[in-house]
Amino acid sequence: MKILLKNITLVHPLYKLNKKTNVLIDNGIISKTGNISAEESADAKVFDMNNKIAAPGFFDMHVHLREPGREDEETVVTGCNSAARGGFTGVACMPNTEPAIDSAEVVNLILSKAAGHLVDVYPVAAATAERKGEVISPIAELVEAGAVGFSDDGVAIKTARVLRRVMEYAKMYDKPVIEHCEEETLAGGAMNEGINSTLLGLPPLPSVAEDLTVMRDIMMCEYTGARLHIAHISTKGAVELVRQAKAKGLNVTAEVAPHHFTLTDDSIKTYDTNYKMNPPLRTQQDIDAMIEGLRDGTIDCIATDHAPHAIEEKEMEFEYAPNGIVGLETAVGISLTELYQKKILTIEKLIEKMAINPRKILNLEIPSFEVGEKANMTILDLTEVWTVETSRFVSKCKNSPFDKRLLTGRAIASINNGRMYYQDKFLQ
Amino acid sequence: MPLSINHLLGMQGVPREDIQLILDTATTFKEVLERPIKKVPTLQGKTVVNLFYESSTRTRISFELAEKRLSADSINFSVSGSSVSKGETFKDTVKNIEAMKVDFVVVRHASAGVPQYLTRISNSIIINAGDGTHEHPTQALLDMYSIREKLGRLEGLKVCIVGDISHSRVALSNIYGLKTMGADVSVCGPATMIPRYVEQIGVKVIHNIDEAIQENDVLNVLRIQLERKAREYFPSLREYNTYYGLTTERIEKNGKNVLILHPGPINRGVEISSEVADGPAQIILEQVTNGVAVRMAVLYLLGTKHS
Repeated sequence: MKILLKNITLVHPLYKLNKKTNVLIDNGIISKTGNISAEESADAKVFDMNNKIAAPGFFDMHVHLREPGREDEETVVTGCNSAARGGFTGVACMPNTEPAIDSAEVVNLILSKAAGHLVDVYPVAAATAERKGEVISPIAELVEAGAVGFSDDGVAIKTARVLRRVMEYAKMYDKPVIEHCEEETLAGGAMNEGINSTLLGLPPLPSVAEDLTVMRDIMMCEYTGARLHIAHISTKGAVELVRQAKAKGLNVTAEVAPHHFTLTDDSIKTYDTNYKMNPPLRTQQDIDAMIEGLRDGTIDCIATDHAPHAIEEKEMEFEYAPNGIVGLETAVGISLTELYQKKILTIEKLIEKMAINPRKILNLEIPSFEVGEKANMTILDLTEVWTVETSRFVSKCKNSPFDKRLLTGRAIASINNGRMYYQDKFLQ
Repeated sequence: MPLSINHLLGMQGVPREDIQLILDTATTFKEVLERPIKKVPTLQGKTVVNLFYESSTRTRISFELAEKRLSADSINFSVSGSSVSKGETFKDTVKNIEAMKVDFVVVRHASAGVPQYLTRISNSIIINAGDGTHEHPTQALLDMYSIREKLGRLEGLKVCIVGDISHSRVALSNIYGLKTMGADVSVCGPATMIPRYVEQIGVKVIHNIDEAIQENDVLNVLRIQLERKAREYFPSLREYNTYYGLTTERIEKNGKNVLILHPGPINRGVEISSEVADGPAQIILEQVTNGVAVRMAVLYLLGTKHS
């Protein structure tokens, strides 16, 4: 397949590139940029991309693809389709599957299911066997199979003792330990502890539960010299701890999910389970801290925590409903609306947080726009005003608190591995 | 003037006029309960389902009696444990019951927000008979009725709720209702049993029971849960009883006439001594009688509004 992107603005912060040009892609490789003759593009599909931006392909380093185990909710392929529609060309999938990603076999299974897709899939393996926090998983074997990081996501690594071993082991392979920070003995609530949990009578989950584990993990990171990545940061206190750790020069990075810089626990007033997640929605103060953290670089990247759930599981008593939302198909629009349009981040900074930093954290190659390189890009329309329609999601599930939300800016196409997703279709 | 509300989900947001109307109507029904024939035909032909997902004796019996006194047909549907463990989802259960053409669902559930959720999936009139640690509005109404009956007013009264506020649905409903009616509300208990943010809803927090007695006209004493999970919030029953238990001595020492309420069932010798529980200051059994009258008023006012 030959594609000609006419009048497209290439933006690549790593190369300080921001230039309008034409791009010819031949069989998935950038074959020419600049002036392209009619002859050269004779058999190409031509797209006029005037006023559109091409960024290095966006990467979501925190998704739940549900396979193996809950293929009724999502599979590797449907999750990748959802990613492509949302503008992502790569994802890292978390290990809380059934069985957990704690063996080379499961890594291989996921990689084989993802083979040939537009979206690249990189498994994050469990830090401990069955994510139980007792025995460290076969890290060397998992790295060899293709695991890019280690996490017991869903919970924090249970004890400081095991955390230490995981960090020491992962450090040998320069892989990050990705932590879901939540102190187990304070966990179990259904929403953020605050005035709203008091009014709604729901069991509270205090922000200090997150802060405590972030603090423990940072101290262990300092002690072992390993790399620590804080998943879905959500509290003001945690942002402050990461800021201090970075100032000390520690190897700590952090991600935030779009719902945590957009929504507060005020949204739960009707007990709508679409607003139930873990970490829970916090307060405006916390949102302000997320925004400041994104602005000053304390928070390195935006990751969705894409968590599809079957409708019958979400349509339930609030306390019993599972946590999480479908994130891949709204993240770019929300980030452009809330961060770029509101002038919190420049487009370059936003691209760093959605395409470059996640790959840096996972030691993955960053796509470039050089001739001869693989075309791996996300095409953005920064001004299109559109309404989220969860019914149009291609994820198997539709659980999202953003249904009917009006957004400005979206990803209109994803290009990678010789394929292009455009206007709800794969072209190849 | 009919009620402004269509369901009784909680006391939050229920306007003063509605509370006034319910309490006034309950006075009429209380008079019915004193008659030799304690029954009126008001809700004849209406069907009420008492959907109890949590065991409850007195609230269920009180509702059932109120329904029967109003000549409604009532059905009891009790499920132990959550819908999850039962296999059928809550939504399916409700849809099934509703397919049998019912008019009211009186619901008790261990999970907060279930009555609100019910209004989204059902067309019946919903009455909350207690949801998790959220609200128990008819208890608050009967408490307010009982206080008003005894002291003649609610406005300007000082009422303190004593005990495990964090895990009480009675507390929150009383707070909302009493504040709407112009009472001054405080809560008293050990810090581990007081919700961290309760002062933000305009409630004073007291940790000393003597102070609570001195400062208030009414004490609403909550039951202390005796099971192990609740016990982690205080060191021992002995310590609770020593520092928060209501005794005659303690009341006399503070030289104050306070009216004592308790939603029951009482733990004698824990949150309240037998002497107080049977003494002149309490109206515990009158609360139970009033509960039937208040629930009749709620059913009647919501039922006739829709017809």
